Amino acid sequence: MRPFLIAAGLLAGTSASADAPVLTVYTYDSFIAEWGPGPAIETAFEETCACDLKFVAAGDGAALLARIRLEGERSEADILLGLDTNLTAAAIESGLFAPHNQSVPDLDLPVPWDDTTFLPYDWGYFAFIHDTTLLPDPPTDFRSLADSDTTIIIQDPRSSTPGLGLLMWVKAAHGDDAPAIWQDLADNIVTVTPGWSEAYGLFLEGEADMVLSYTTSPAYHLIAEEDDTKAAAPFAEGHYLQVEVAGKLANSDQPELAEAFLAFMLTDGFQSVIPTTNWMYPARTPEAGLPEGFSTLIQPETALLIPSDQAARTRDEALTEWQNALAR
Amino acid sequence: MAERARPLGPAVPLGWAAAGFVASLTLGTLLAVIWRAEVPARLAPADWAAIRFTVLQASLSAVISVALAIPVARALARRRFPGRGALITLLGAPFLLPVIVAILGLLAVFGRAGILNTALTALNLPPISIYGLHGVVLAHVFFNLPLAVRLILQGWLAIPAERFRLAASLNMGPAEIRRFLETPMLRATLPGALMVIFLICLTSFAIALTLGGGPRATTIELAIYQAFSFEFDLGRAALLAGIQFTLTGIAALVAFRIARPSDFGTGMDRVMDRWDAKTPVTRAIDTIWIALAALFLLVPLIMIAANGIAGLTILPSAVGWAALRSILVALTSVTVTLALALPLAMAVTSLRPRGSSRLLEGCGYLSIAASPLVLGTGLFVLLFPIANPATLALPVTACVNALMTLPFAIRILVPAVAEVEDRHGRLADSLGMSGTARLRWLLWPRLRRPIGFAAGLSAALSMGDLGVIALFADADQATLPLQVFRLMSAYRMEEAAGAALLLLILSLALFWAFDRGGRANAAA
Repeated sequence: MRPFLIAAGLLAGTSASADAPVLTVYTYDSFIAEWGPGPAIETAFEETCACDLKFVAAGDGAALLARIRLEGERSEADILLGLDTNLTAAAIESGLFAPHNQSVPDLDLPVPWDDTTFLPYDWGYFAFIHDTTLLPDPPTDFRSLADSDTTIIIQDPRSSTPGLGLLMWVKAAHGDDAPAIWQDLADNIVTVTPGWSEAYGLFLEGEADMVLSYTTSPAYHLIAEEDDTKAAAPFAEGHYLQVEVAGKLANSDQPELAEAFLAFMLTDGFQSVIPTTNWMYPARTPEAGLPEGFSTLIQPETALLIPSDQAARTRDEALTEWQNALAR
Repeated sequence: MAERARPLGPAVPLGWAAAGFVASLTLGTLLAVIWRAEVPARLAPADWAAIRFTVLQASLSAVISVALAIPVARALARRRFPGRGALITLLGAPFLLPVIVAILGLLAVFGRAGILNTALTALNLPPISIYGLHGVVLAHVFFNLPLAVRLILQGWLAIPAERFRLAASLNMGPAEIRRFLETPMLRATLPGALMVIFLICLTSFAIALTLGGGPRATTIELAIYQAFSFEFDLGRAALLAGIQFTLTGIAALVAFRIARPSDFGTGMDRVMDRWDAKTPVTRAIDTIWIALAALFLLVPLIMIAANGIAGLTILPSAVGWAALRSILVALTSVTVTLALALPLAMAVTSLRPRGSSRLLEGCGYLSIAASPLVLGTGLFVLLFPIANPATLALPVTACVNALMTLPFAIRILVPAVAEVEDRHGRLADSLGMSGTARLRWLLWPRLRRPIGFAAGLSAALSMGDLGVIALFADADQATLPLQVFRLMSAYRMEEAAGAALLLLILSLALFWAFDRGGRANAAA
């Protein structure tokens, strides 16, 4: 085992600088990539706090919560960043989170915000993305999508947040008719992928006419690739909202620093990074406004969102309906 | 032959130590998860459907992979042509690819907008859909055909050249050769190959779901993920992982039952010459099989390369560091794999035919049945009270990757060690060679080829495996497969394709370096 230990020493060579207090933020994996929001936010916050901000990544939103529950009260995490409103009720129930203690500034969310534990940092609408040159007249609601022969790729709700979002979307829009919608959608679905990346990759390879993503997705192609052929199809029922949130751990050893981070989260230093790194809407529009290109995005008239305290029950019910409808 | 008593050298205690290490990591992590789960577990009705689907797709994938591998391996065993070595290396590439990269490569050929359907449309034929059980099996065959070919090819190359010489001098035709030489060899090789591939497909998750076309294609591994991540039901996750272990146990028992050790006696280590296969018909058949296999396995790889070339030039610097980290992880993982596999293989051989030999070998296969998610979670539960798991991310990844590739190394090394011992063991015994002298003078020169192959496979698999790193890593510790995934989740598909190509090149280069190193001088 000696080679293993040597390699262990070589590989584990990163450690935090000595004296500054360390604020540990658990988040999902894509947040901390070089091209994600993490690095710029770390720099901006460390300029204000005389501290060391340390990101730790763990899979996606659902995996994050599982990780925190696994670690329990002994977790080193001070902040958990990256849950959405489908998960907040379960998170609060775990008893591991403390109230945010912030006076919430005016937010630019499509819905009012009164959660006393979690604060939002960005949001987006789920939508089906298509290529306008290949599909000039996309379906305008779930019914017309189900009746058409337009093909779609979706994500599995059991392993992906957008996949779960679609489940909630159909449920919020169609209630008791949701199982019927799913049954009719079955022949439109090319496949169900484990995560967003696989689905989007498959769509770009031409495997389907549309893919479940966000209304903000075309902004990436427009801004980063100067490609204006991707668009989100507006659905008459309205679009389901995803609000991404952060909260403070009750057992944090840096409670004041954690609250300072939550306050910082809703300032320009954090919010201005979000649109072109996380490709979502900032929870509070920065002073300089949104980047050019965001103005071309569709603006849904109706925002759908199942309140977080009902989300867990709806989720289980909708999942059973979905499995039954697609298992035939 | 195998009944001859052998001196039990230091290999046996070392072998038991290795087996104990593997068992404690695989079963120990499972126990850790069970211990952490507070409520008693129950299976959901959907879990039974998942178990049925998992067994069905894994059986189909194993049978089809092996059935196709037999003619391909036979063709490769009896033909010599320029570039044969390079072809054999390249044919192994799919096995080494990260799942999502391989899926994109397959879709470029078989997908809705792929080569095949474009051609069908041009010919006014209806398009075919890759999504469904057949797609899952197709992808698993794509992944595992190369492994099956290599395992069976080794069986062919292990038949002493003298047997074929004797067969030729007795004027044996292909039918007799099949009966007296090839069938006994296949009888010894196939059950193991079937079992290994069945077990690999047993823990499949992303392929089955992506190409399966919907929740019907739910595998046990996905059910484990759901129980863990979606419902935080650790008990159910552990129960499902336990079922996975049970299925493995059954598969292993069946394979051991059917397998019959081949008994070719000893030879002089000569290069094989096949007098029986020199007719134009056999030559044509072999050529067709090699061409078909090459087409099936290489075209998707060429598509991956074509998609990635543009992205190679614009890779962010983080990708380079990740590549370096991945290579270090892979090299560590090779060291650990060999340090476990060699003593295990030697101990298994020297304990034969005792029952303890089978128990020992069985321990070496345990990790193939381990759910990566449960293994990672269990390690996390065990490490968390002692150390910050994030600082151990890379060593843990190297170690888990080593564990995951151990079954392949054992599959390769056990028959090879047994073969050498059967052929030369008597002479070595009479010369009083034991311990390191035996390893240095008897085993090492004759095992260079299989050790090289095992090391190459282990290195490349470790490179390509997303493994447990995603559970542990922080910002500074991403490996190359994780960076590919991160690029994809940031819409950067072109760079992701470039990074995937880099990963493919590095994996192949590592595999080639070890495999070649092992084969140098091996033909003489």
